Amino acid sequence: MAIKKQKELDIEEKSPENRILSFPDEVLERVLVFVKTHKDRSAVSLVCRDWYNAERWSRTHVFIGNCYSVSPEMVARRFPNIRSVTLKGKPRFSDFNLVPPNWGSDIHPWLVVFASAYPFLEELRLKRMTVTDESLDFLARSFPEFKALSLVSCDGFSTDGLASITTYCRNLTELDIQESGIEDLGGSWLNFPESFTSLEALNFANLHSEVNFDALERLVARCKSLKVLKVNKHVMLEQLRRLLVRAPQLTELGTGPFSQDHKLRSHIDLESAFSNCKNLNTLSGLWEVSSMYLPALFPACTNLTFLNLSYTALQSAELAKLLQKCPLLRRLWVLDTVEDKGLEAVASSCHLLQELRVFPADPFEQEVIMEGGGNGVTESGFVAVSEGCPNLHYVLYFCHQMTNAAVATVVRNCPNFTHFRLCIMDMRRPDYLTNEPMDEAFGAVVKTCSKLRRLAVSGLLTDRAFEYIGTYAKNLETLSVAFAGSSDRGMQCVLEGCPKLRKLEIRDCPFGNAALLSGLERYESMRSLWMSACNLTMNGCQLLARKMPRLNVEVIKEDESDDMHAEKVYVYRSVAGPRRDAPPFVLTL
Amino acid sequence: MSPPLEHDYIGLSEISSMESSDKFSSSDSSSAAVAEDAKDHRPPALNLKETELRLGLPGSESPDRKEKVGLTLGLLPKSFVSGAKRGFSDAIDGPAGKWGFSGGAGSDGELGKGGVLFSPRGEGGAGGQHSGQGSAGKDAAAKATGQEKKAPAPTPAPASASASGGSDRGIAPAAKAQVVGWPPIRSYRKNTMATNPLKNKEDAEGKQGFGCLYVKVSMDGAPYLRKVDLKTYNNYKELSSALEKMFSCFTIGQCGSHGIPGRDGLSESRLMDLLNGSEYVLTYEDKDGDWMLVGDVPWEMFTDSCRRLRIMKGSDAIGLAPRAMEKCKNRN
Repeated sequence: MAIKKQKELDIEEKSPENRILSFPDEVLERVLVFVKTHKDRSAVSLVCRDWYNAERWSRTHVFIGNCYSVSPEMVARRFPNIRSVTLKGKPRFSDFNLVPPNWGSDIHPWLVVFASAYPFLEELRLKRMTVTDESLDFLARSFPEFKALSLVSCDGFSTDGLASITTYCRNLTELDIQESGIEDLGGSWLNFPESFTSLEALNFANLHSEVNFDALERLVARCKSLKVLKVNKHVMLEQLRRLLVRAPQLTELGTGPFSQDHKLRSHIDLESAFSNCKNLNTLSGLWEVSSMYLPALFPACTNLTFLNLSYTALQSAELAKLLQKCPLLRRLWVLDTVEDKGLEAVASSCHLLQELRVFPADPFEQEVIMEGGGNGVTESGFVAVSEGCPNLHYVLYFCHQMTNAAVATVVRNCPNFTHFRLCIMDMRRPDYLTNEPMDEAFGAVVKTCSKLRRLAVSGLLTDRAFEYIGTYAKNLETLSVAFAGSSDRGMQCVLEGCPKLRKLEIRDCPFGNAALLSGLERYESMRSLWMSACNLTMNGCQLLARKMPRLNVEVIKEDESDDMHAEKVYVYRSVAGPRRDAPPFVLTL
Repeated sequence: MSPPLEHDYIGLSEISSMESSDKFSSSDSSSAAVAEDAKDHRPPALNLKETELRLGLPGSESPDRKEKVGLTLGLLPKSFVSGAKRGFSDAIDGPAGKWGFSGGAGSDGELGKGGVLFSPRGEGGAGGQHSGQGSAGKDAAAKATGQEKKAPAPTPAPASASASGGSDRGIAPAAKAQVVGWPPIRSYRKNTMATNPLKNKEDAEGKQGFGCLYVKVSMDGAPYLRKVDLKTYNNYKELSSALEKMFSCFTIGQCGSHGIPGRDGLSESRLMDLLNGSEYVLTYEDKDGDWMLVGDVPWEMFTDSCRRLRIMKGSDAIGLAPRAMEKCKNRN
């Protein structure tokens, strides 16, 4: 790494009494190389001018949690030696269609600046950004050392853009487009040259069209360092077997459909391919699992730490059999087709489990009444898991019914939650046994789990729940609220009581201007605030904007009818001033 | 074979434009694919898609259904409207009050009143009832009236049903209003889940070895689905009476007028006559995704191939019978 020295020293810094450290800057920079996290680096940069400079010269990776909080020019000015950039764009609620299309967060202006400031850029990791094919092409041609591209929940590009990457990036090690909204124009994008062998990670699981399998097979065969391979739904079992035979060194595998494939000669072949994969720690994909083929997986499960079955409509019995083969499992994602019985199997097999996510198979189904059969998971599955998995610290749980008592039991069994995201899918649903609000449930969570960093609440909630949160959740950083609360007081309690709050996202709550303005002092220490379908008015937002000039207060206005009501409000701190690329429906106040 | 358009009881297709192209490796625009798919499915005489009940927003484009998956039960104080996947901007048409539903919360019986609520086309009066809705498509507003009585009230959700200590799952508190972005599932997951996993679930439930054969039963105009275990019945008669009991609250005034005395000794053909005579017919979706009239095939064959049931308006099902016969013949 070339460390350029720029001597802009003040005289006083040379005199020993004023120097905090009495060894040369070069040494300091060498030491700082070992400071990795961006939080630590930010802290280092605040110590004194020397340290600020040493830090900025030695930083190689920059993380920007909100692409509008700073401009690309500012980043380039401060950090001259960046090799890796992580950028996040749209507010998280855009995942749920609450942000209109063409809102912004286009990567292109960043790429233009990077092309001149960081010609040796190696890595770009984007989340919720808009990326066009032109941008991908520009990227592929502008950065000869480019190695890793990760696009999570991005949109705006097609397989043509991917073709540019595979054609021009000679040193590519990683290509990951998970969960991005990509326009699929066909499978011919996978056209790495035959001389290309550096690939280590490839994830195209969400692509809809078939890729050229021969090209894929040859690619896998010649890339001996390939560790991560996640294919899409068109790669059938026989093809998967062939890939596994060529890449037994894989550590992460995403399969295609795990069901009937006429081309597969026998289960034994498949099973033997899996048994050669001794290093697998992550398994995903498994679309359309047929229980006939599931056992072929078993030999590869012994070292699994992460099993993602969230697209697999597994039943409880099948899950139980599979989990028995995964003694080291730490993270498990499932669909609620496994039901409470499946969760009981989790509890009995996965004692090391740290993270559980249960997704709904039929989230939009009208309420279904069962005659004795199950439908999704309930509070009893949740309690069962907590009893069997004391190390649980991350949960995302979608259900239709919950009780305060069950949640209290869960956190009593697992007091180490850092991420607690409970989604009772029926809006404003009370405790279905006592008919009370779910306040006490979340009260128990925040009282018991002192390490809680992320919380998502649901069900019928009054201000009391928020009083609890404000009183107890002292480490809370992210809070998601929907259809909850009774008055401004709820939001005020949170803003006043949670000193570490960074992201607050609220929808459809009775919080108004008073609540918004009560957080005046807070927003500059937060990354962002989102409020939609609350009781905010344009006046309230304008007042906030006027009082806090270093915040961008944006109102998304989509219809002309009610001029006073501020339907969607996005507030974030920024040193770059108001957006210059705001579309017409985004008003910066 | 073209993927079944998953319709829930009010006929909303969950398949997004992205997902529908999954099964076609061609590069046709997905909308073409879906349209063709729908056409393959249905005989020209019976365009179920158009006649199916769905909720749209005032001013929303009714025919372009693959984009709209939301229902609107607009009784909520905020402007809770459509689950349209694109543009929230499409969805909003002012606060919910504009919906102006006739009658407030009512009893179940009200649903049965005035079958006009559920006539999908031609009546036009449905649209007229909601003059405040603007250019509601012919499909749009009428269905909503039937739903509104079940929409969650602004105050805590009706508690009576859930207060019974949980032993009786009983009647759901309220039909869910579908709202943009709720439940909070990422678009990618939504789109992906639209076909395969659902099919998986149905297939899995249909497995003989499992000892039960749960299929969903929906009824046009009912605010929620039921699920029944086909294995608990031995013939069509038992199934029919069970369904009759389950959905009787929704058919007050329908069957009554035709008087169904002497339900004993109901043969398969009698069932058909009966159903043909009444306002509603019982149909099912088979393994291939086709909708057929119940009663055409022997019971065992029916339970083998039935994936879900739907009680639909007799007028909607006119084209079904002949096709079912043909298909049967082709099979045998």
